[in-house]
Amino acid sequence: MSWIDICGTEDIPLRGARTLKTALGCVAVFRTAKDEVFAASNTCPHKGGPLSEGIVHGQSVTCPLHNWVFDLNTGQAQGEDGSIATFPVRVEAGRVLIDAAKLLARSAA
Amino acid sequence: MTQKLVIIGAGMASGRVIEQLVETSPEAFDITLFNAEPRGNYNRIMLSPVLSGEQTYADIVTHDDDWYAAHGVTCRFGEHVVRLDPEMKLVEGQNGCAPYDKLIIATGSAPFIIPVPGKELPGVITYRDLDDTNAMIEAADKGGAAVVIGGGLLGLEAAAGLAERGMDVTVLHLMGHLMERQLDEAAGYLLRKDLEGRGITIRTQASTKAIIGDGRVEAVLLESGETLPADLVVMAVGIRPETRLATDAGLTVARGIDVNAQMQTSDPDIYAVGECVEFDGHLFGLVAPLYDQAKVLARTLLGGRDAFVVKDTATKLKVTGCNLFSAGDFADGPGREDIVLRDPAKGIYKRLVIEEDRLVGAVMYGDTADGNWFFQLIKDGTEIDELRETLIFGPAFQGSATADPLSAVAALPREAEICGCNGICKGTIVDAINAGATELGAVRATTKASASCGTCTGLVEQLLQVTLGDDFAMPTAQPICGCCDFTHEDVRRLIKSQELKSQEAVWQELGWKTRNGCHVCRPAVNFYLLADWPLEYRDDPQSRFVNERKHANIQKDGTFSVVPRMWGGITNPTELRAIADAAEKYDVPTVKVTGGQRIDLLGVKGEDLPHIWADLNRAGLVSGHAYSKGLRTVKTCVGTDHCRFGTQDSTGLGIKLEQILWGAWTPHKVKLGVSGCPRNCAEATCKDVGIVCVDSGYQVGVAGAAGMDVKETERLVDVPTEAEAIEWTTAFVQLYRENARYLDRPYKWVAKVGLDWVRDRLADADERARLVAAFELSQSIYRVDPWAEHARQAERFQPLADLTLEAAE
Ligand code: SRM
Ligand SMILES: Cc1cc2nc3c(=O)[nH]c(=O)nc-3n(C[C@H](O)[C@H](O)[C@H](O)COP(=O)(O)OP(=O)(O)OC[C@H]3O[C@@H](n4cnc5c(N)ncnc54)[C@H](O)[C@@H]3O)c2cc1C
Ligand code: SF4
Ligand code: FES
Repeated sequence: MSWIDICGTEDIPLRGARTLKTALGCVAVFRTAKDEVFAASNTCPHKGGPLSEGIVHGQSVTCPLHNWVFDLNTGQAQGEDGSIATFPVRVEAGRVLIDAAKLLARSAA
Repeated sequence: MTQKLVIIGAGMASGRVIEQLVETSPEAFDITLFNAEPRGNYNRIMLSPVLSGEQTYADIVTHDDDWYAAHGVTCRFGEHVVRLDPEMKLVEGQNGCAPYDKLIIATGSAPFIIPVPGKELPGVITYRDLDDTNAMIEAADKGGAAVVIGGGLLGLEAAAGLAERGMDVTVLHLMGHLMERQLDEAAGYLLRKDLEGRGITIRTQASTKAIIGDGRVEAVLLESGETLPADLVVMAVGIRPETRLATDAGLTVARGIDVNAQMQTSDPDIYAVGECVEFDGHLFGLVAPLYDQAKVLARTLLGGRDAFVVKDTATKLKVTGCNLFSAGDFADGPGREDIVLRDPAKGIYKRLVIEEDRLVGAVMYGDTADGNWFFQLIKDGTEIDELRETLIFGPAFQGSATADPLSAVAALPREAEICGCNGICKGTIVDAINAGATELGAVRATTKASASCGTCTGLVEQLLQVTLGDDFAMPTAQPICGCCDFTHEDVRRLIKSQELKSQEAVWQELGWKTRNGCHVCRPAVNFYLLADWPLEYRDDPQSRFVNERKHANIQKDGTFSVVPRMWGGITNPTELRAIADAAEKYDVPTVKVTGGQRIDLLGVKGEDLPHIWADLNRAGLVSGHAYSKGLRTVKTCVGTDHCRFGTQDSTGLGIKLEQILWGAWTPHKVKLGVSGCPRNCAEATCKDVGIVCVDSGYQVGVAGAAGMDVKETERLVDVPTEAEAIEWTTAFVQLYRENARYLDRPYKWVAKVGLDWVRDRLADADERARLVAAFELSQSIYRVDPWAEHARQAERFQPLADLTLEAAE
């Protein structure tokens, strides 16, 4: 694993998200009401909706275009046949770190 | 051979060490004990009961003079140690030196004092020892106002104690909810409610700027500019390890004095114990781990082998009547799952956090009886796979089958209270049902059960079902979504009647089954709260659909559209030029004239939004809210200014209405039209509110539609003056805001309540005036341009980082 510091937790709105540009496309970094941070693909598998613009509730996000609901732990869409890639993130001393290794490995594949 | 052991600090940690040493091996050490406080060891955590008057100092002394004498401890109380000399193995006290073979530093911690002007004024007190407690008791005897800075454990215990002693107490807390390190928002909300119930004022997100006073504290000045009068200020914002002696002596000190698992510092003959230490990156602020440290240290000193390990700790608040419990880690971390139980009637909230089949955290409020059982599961890392379904009901429930709500209701005794508001028992309700009250309305009418706050409606329905069996069909009123059992109408009514003023209040009091709702209920609740409590509650952007959060319409390719307001459809060359310039500067692919008499810039990139807004703002253009559940356009025709048929100034009236109504949030979008004569060029007769000017005045119609349904407006009233037309329109919009369910356009709402009901309400001049005033109150907050506000936080619209370069390596 190789962790990159991307921002402070408070740079992401509570129950909101910001995006990260990567070679794989946009990655959305979410922050829940409980201050948990998750990272997942920003692109909805349905019709490409930007998930970082969705409503974040519990540990889920709802796509703003047609309301598919994704579990941020697994990336699985609720009751739909589809999922999004998730990426390891962790929070240390108020900083958000993302595992660049996974981003790199996937781009190489 | 007896060794000289010197101990600095007679606190709770060193007290335990001494007890263990003298019990196991009374001859091993010749102990000298320094303490800055002029007394020996007492139970510091019981200072709060002393403050509130439930106990006295005598009750909380752990070791008295006789005890020290009996165990041969040389006491140097009231004497500060000022220096250590590890080379010479000497401790220097204010009254002279003491040599040692082994030394223990147990200096605890010092309260953190926020560096604001006025912090040293007499009347500003911290909360650490008996002297602080006595100073507070003395101040409280004089009465007056106390401000406690810090809404953590210590601050709240101080606040409760001072309130108990009759002071008028305000707690200032920097964060969004109380005790945020130990509690989640839901428990923080209940705690706040309990404390407010005892007359304590709680101010969250309140930052102290200065303490003011001439020779003595008089007031606290907040960053917001507000001043709060204060005769006493208690600073309880945190503690930091007391490490000065160790630092000066050259020992390794990080945030605390660095120790190994044997409590040994970087000097092999010097040990440290208690809150002053740092072990493996951890600091300590509760006694449980300190007692473990003390045990390890005593063993080590006596030549035994033992190692300190960090365990989870549990917190309780020692304020009588505020039952809270928190343990383990209840925040952070993907892969975690929650189990939530709420009992709104009893003010109970329990949340368990599970990770990989193990309980890792627990937060409870109201009923904490099972706290220790949960704590044990956390500490032991017990696999809870098999308990999972019923885990949250506690140990008493384990082993029995999963609870079925109907059999649970059936099993209740006749005396069980069902309706808390009216004190109605199960027996009374069952008797009423058997006597012929076979539906909810009849039960309400005959027993009053569920007729007040309505929270017990579900229970009453279950009783109907249990009593009548198949003869009772459960009503099909649809709850808002799977997160709760209430309809939109129920929630609106309960928000008003129970005065629920925050999302947490709604989740808790109405028994939400999820942590913070979902994309269906949260936007609705957010609207209901802001409509009913404009001053207490503010719109929460994170509970809004993207368009309303971004203040632009999202397009199918993820770009946005930008529609500036054109009041009443009127524009001018400056505005048009600014729009043209912006379209060019930001490469806007499509510029379109909308069906609402204004210009749409389509295809703007998300990160450009704040900049294009700032440019448009400079030309005086503000948001057209083409994206919001709020006022959209007021379409007008040219009216008397130019048209040969015009009867009144329709353009002018349209602009006035738009300027009054813009910015207000409504249940769904609201569109107006004002036509200058019945030819109706502004299509006013298919709007939410449409005004048609006639020679005798103004015909105000409402509840038109021209979208998915097409419907002509219905005449609300005819009025002779423009001022009355404005008054009726504003009052109508406010009535709609107060009563409609989220996402009902006015025509749908009016169809439900009936135009007669609406007209009756509005025909009452007092009610009309109240509605207009309520609308204005809300507009004092929302009649602002959101674009200008958001343009100031442009960086929020940028990606966090660009990793494309790194990822390409
Ligand atoms: C831009 C515009 C079309 C145009 O190019 O003229 C437009 C565009 C959209 N309309 Fe509209 N409506 C526009 C005038 C209308 C009108 C005519 C009018 O306002 O005079 C109507 C019929 C009148 C009415 O509202 O009843 C209209 C009835 C709708 C409806 C159906 C509403 C209903 O209650 O039945 C929707 C869907 C909704 O709101 O749920 C809708 C929704 C939309 C949305 C917001 C779709 C969406 O949710 O993404 C479109 C946004 C496009 C974009 O990205 O900007 N639009 N829409 C018009 C903007 C007017 C303005 O200046 O603000
Ligand atoms: C009001 C209050 C309520 C609390 N409630 C709880 C609770 O409910 N649960 C819980 O687990 N914990 C609670 N705590 C925390 C708990 O009291 C501390 O964790 C514990 O007292 C720390 O023990 P200690 O021995 O490290 O330090 P202390 O008990 O603070 O003892 C340190 C002693 O060292 C002395 N000293 C410092 N420097 C010098 C020097 N240079 N020379 C000589 N003497 C010196 C000090 O005067 C002090 O007497 C509470 C604390 C307070 C103040
Ligand atoms: S509504 Fe009547 S008065 Fe107004 S512009 Fe049209 S025709 Fe002229
Ligand atoms: S694009 Fe996400 S739900 Fe359709």
